[in-house]
Amino acid sequence: MGLPVRTFDAVIVGGGGAGMRAALELARADLRVALLSKVFPTRSHTVAAQGGVAASLGNIEKDDWHWHMYDTVKGADYLGDQDAIEFMCRTAPEVVYELEHFGMPFDRLPDGRIYQRPFGGHMQEYGRNPVQRACAAADRTGHAMLHTLYQANLKVHTQFFIEWMALDIVRDRDGEVLGVVAMEIETGEIVIFRGRCTLLATGGAGRIFASSTNAFINTGDGLGMVARAGLPLQDMEFFQFHPTGVYGAGVLITEGVRGEGGFLLNKNGERFMERYAPNAKDLASRDVVSRAMATEIKEGRGAGKDADHILLKLDHLGSEVINRRLPGIREIAIKFANVDPVREPIPVVPTAHYMMGGIPANYHGQVVAPGATGPEEVVRGLYAAGECACVSVHGANRLGCNSLLDLLVFGRSAARQIIDDLKRNPHLKPLPDDAADRPLARLARLETQKDGERVAEVQAEMRRVMQAYCGVFRFGDLLKQGVDKIKEVAARAGHSGIGDKSKTFNTARVEALELDNLIEVALATMISAEARTESRGAHDRADHHQRDDANWMKHTLWYKQGNRLDYKPVHGKPLTVEAFEPKARVY
Amino acid sequence: MADLDRVRWRCRRGLLELDLILKAFLERHFERLDAGQREVFSELLDQPDNDLLDLALGRREPAPRHRAVVEMLRAG
Ligand SMILES: Cc1cc2nc3c(=O)[nH]c(=O)nc-3n(C[C@H](O)[C@H](O)[C@H](O)COP(=O)(O)OP(=O)(O)OC[C@H]3O[C@@H](n4cnc5c(N)ncnc54)[C@H](O)[C@@H]3O)c2cc1C
Repeated sequence: MGLPVRTFDAVIVGGGGAGMRAALELARADLRVALLSKVFPTRSHTVAAQGGVAASLGNIEKDDWHWHMYDTVKGADYLGDQDAIEFMCRTAPEVVYELEHFGMPFDRLPDGRIYQRPFGGHMQEYGRNPVQRACAAADRTGHAMLHTLYQANLKVHTQFFIEWMALDIVRDRDGEVLGVVAMEIETGEIVIFRGRCTLLATGGAGRIFASSTNAFINTGDGLGMVARAGLPLQDMEFFQFHPTGVYGAGVLITEGVRGEGGFLLNKNGERFMERYAPNAKDLASRDVVSRAMATEIKEGRGAGKDADHILLKLDHLGSEVINRRLPGIREIAIKFANVDPVREPIPVVPTAHYMMGGIPANYHGQVVAPGATGPEEVVRGLYAAGECACVSVHGANRLGCNSLLDLLVFGRSAARQIIDDLKRNPHLKPLPDDAADRPLARLARLETQKDGERVAEVQAEMRRVMQAYCGVFRFGDLLKQGVDKIKEVAARAGHSGIGDKSKTFNTARVEALELDNLIEVALATMISAEARTESRGAHDRADHHQRDDANWMKHTLWYKQGNRLDYKPVHGKPLTVEAFEPKARVY
Repeated sequence: MADLDRVRWRCRRGLLELDLILKAFLERHFERLDAGQREVFSELLDQPDNDLLDLALGRREPAPRHRAVVEMLRAG
């Protein structure tokens, strides 16, 4: 084998909110922690979160974790695991106060307590009235969280490996995970990070879609690694979309634009929302607007040469109103859509935002997969937390501000489980001889591939196929075609190549390795979506428009090997309280 | 050219807006920057994402020595 090996108590892949929260807990327990990140930790995608972190502190109005739990179960359209949801909502105040003690600069009330703002879907009294539950730091909550956690980690000597990309997990013949193989991006050096425990916290994979709010680094690397190691991915058909992202860029255009009187047009200049929602029109709820936009595009009334987007018109508001009431929109449209909205409409399209599915894990952060003992056997040595994990607290649809909460709660609980696990089990098995074979073969293929199709082209085609065949509103016929198309794209990815074979800072090589991961996520998403013949939460099908609890109250598991699907039950039973029985999800 | 390679990876950010702005900048401007401007660009890349985006979108004014490069970022 001959690769350098570095040994740690815990190896964490990912330096966003989840990875850094876990690292902090582990390093404070005097464990030797390696944290690998593709980018400087405070540049992780968590930095994009503005809204806040949800916790029933009740600082403004009366609040109760039971209400928060109800909102989350309902928001998830009953696909969330109620034990995990109870655990998260009950623990929320504690992890928020802890973060405050680490130095998080939360907005405050005059008396010094944490200020809380309202956020969609968070209610008092089991859905009765809106409640102020989101704790924020101005509009930089994610940024403040990352800086706070990074500073705290420096104090306890977490070892950061910055600009290191994990390529694959090391799994031995018994199925135990012994670490990861990683590449230093600067030098191209390959090293085995041997970990007594390994935690994946690699974030989301929104980049599988042509239109996504996610940064370029969100390529689902943890999911790809898990899939290649023979483990399943859970509930991948559930992606949350926002109706109006700038076409071709993904940057969000706030719903305030329609609130101020902007409206949507198809290629004929028709104000089509009048047909779909005669009263609310362009102010109908997100899913209604997204569905109408997708239908217009499917039926050939999309704008542009590929008839694949919608136009958001606001020039009739006049430049004065636009500048005064919608600050920042004009600069965003000019910068990212190349149009001045004072004169022309902004091209927009429903845009992927958040991945509810991911690596199957329990609320202790342990990765689980079907095995001899049942559908949720613990994979020894492997943990997952954050957006890459499916615990599943978000079920079929995530509630705003519950994701940052998820990072804190499950980052910490995974770390605590690791600490406990290491006390009972030394986890010092020898590395197998073939520990690095899989990633080395991937690298060797890139080295020797001749005349391969360009990675960027294959990636663009993957993103186009996912958007067109598996977007926000799904059609049975398109999904069927989409399955074939995405398999074709996957085959092309296997022959893609890079022109630049240098070792140092070879971004082309990194992108090729990322494409391997994106493709696994795209296959999982398309195939899981095609199979689920119901509409639930974010998975919205034109041909099966109802939720179907009799047949589909279950989690999907997709395996890379043979694109096989399997299913497992939803945990309907909370830990200590009574279960919330499924009801129609109306707001 | 190692310089461009190094900078290219550092242009991978946590904010999509910056990914897009910096990608366009690399394609259109980077090759023509002189050594001093490259130094400035590299300093800009060390800024936190939100601060850099504020500069690029004109919500915040740059330090005088950063001005010329920030102007290019803004022009796109
Ligand atoms: C625009 C926007 C606004 C949002 N606002 C909110 C909000 O207000 N409230 C809320 O609760 N949620 C919000 N979310 C969702 C939330 O921000 C994310 O779900 C969350 O930040 C994900 O955190 P994470 O720690 O799981 O991953 P990330 O923060 O994405 O971090 C992933 C880490 O993994 C590393 N990594 C990935 N692959 C590898 C690899 N192969 N090797 C080494 N390192 C790797 C990356 O470098 C990075 O450090 C928002 C999302 C978006 C897009």
